Amino acid sequence: MYKAKVNVTLRPSILDPKGKAAHHALQNLGLNDVQQVRIGKFIELDVNADSKDAATKIVESACAQLLANEVMEDYEISFED
Amino acid sequence: MATFGVIVFPGSNCDHDAYHAMKHIMNSNVKFLWHKDTDLSGIDFLIVPGGFSYGDYLRSGAIARFSPIMQEVVKFAEKGGPVLGICNGFQILLEAGLIPGAMMHNQDLRFVCKNVFIRCETTDSLFTNTLTKGQVFDIPVSHGEGNYHINESGLKSLQDKDQILFRYSDADGNLTEESNFNGSIDHIAGITNDGRNVLGMMPHPERAMEKLLGSDDGKIIFDSILNSLSVA
Repeated sequence: MYKAKVNVTLRPSILDPKGKAAHHALQNLGLNDVQQVRIGKFIELDVNADSKDAATKIVESACAQLLANEVMEDYEISFED
Repeated sequence: MATFGVIVFPGSNCDHDAYHAMKHIMNSNVKFLWHKDTDLSGIDFLIVPGGFSYGDYLRSGAIARFSPIMQEVVKFAEKGGPVLGICNGFQILLEAGLIPGAMMHNQDLRFVCKNVFIRCETTDSLFTNTLTKGQVFDIPVSHGEGNYHINESGLKSLQDKDQILFRYSDADGNLTEESNFNGSIDHIAGITNDGRNVLGMMPHPERAMEKLLGSDDGKIIFDSILNSLSVA
């Protein structure tokens, strides 16, 4: 069993209104050193596979087909050791 | 007489509006199609209605596109069958890849529910062929994720191939910044696919069918559709 962690983020060129709203709220809290906020999604998958390579392929397929929309999002996959 | 099919997903909430509009206002045959159905025989025109299919989990429309019926919808569309996706239906068609682009949260993060104006941009489609280019319609919107996005080359292709059918405008047809309330790229309110048989639009023509309820401009769009189907 492999524990995959997926981070889905909006592409840098895409405006992130949720991040902007959170950034604005942080400024209201006085945390003026925060320069920018971008909000994405964190997804954990438990994957049955024989090897890490095989698990990676499965998770990549999950990301490309469903978990991320590549028109506007990027994804990063990592595994818990 | 043409038969319309209205697809019902768990979480659809404009399915009955679409049914009422086609059945009782446009006097057409209409059938509800459950998302687990796979039989589209006898259907001449598909409507993918608005709502919050699967609670908008992950991204709006992302889960619905894997419903059994969507395979058939894709086949139907690829054979040239006419499909209209409204609001969440538009989002589902985008996720299914029948129309290019993606939907983001409205630029100010607000869910917007009000009447807006949209301008007809081309009459070269079965959805708009009896309209007039530049004609303005008073149609309600009701969405939180209607901020249409596509990359630069994709946008250029939509423009070059005359695939933008409706843009947000003011009452006089001017493309003011204010009229583009959700931040959509190039004021896009509705686009068609390369084959011109699939239309996705965020505004709700099926909610603008009776003067008593505010506007009946939606009827003009369905008149164009019925006219195309009767000629075909």
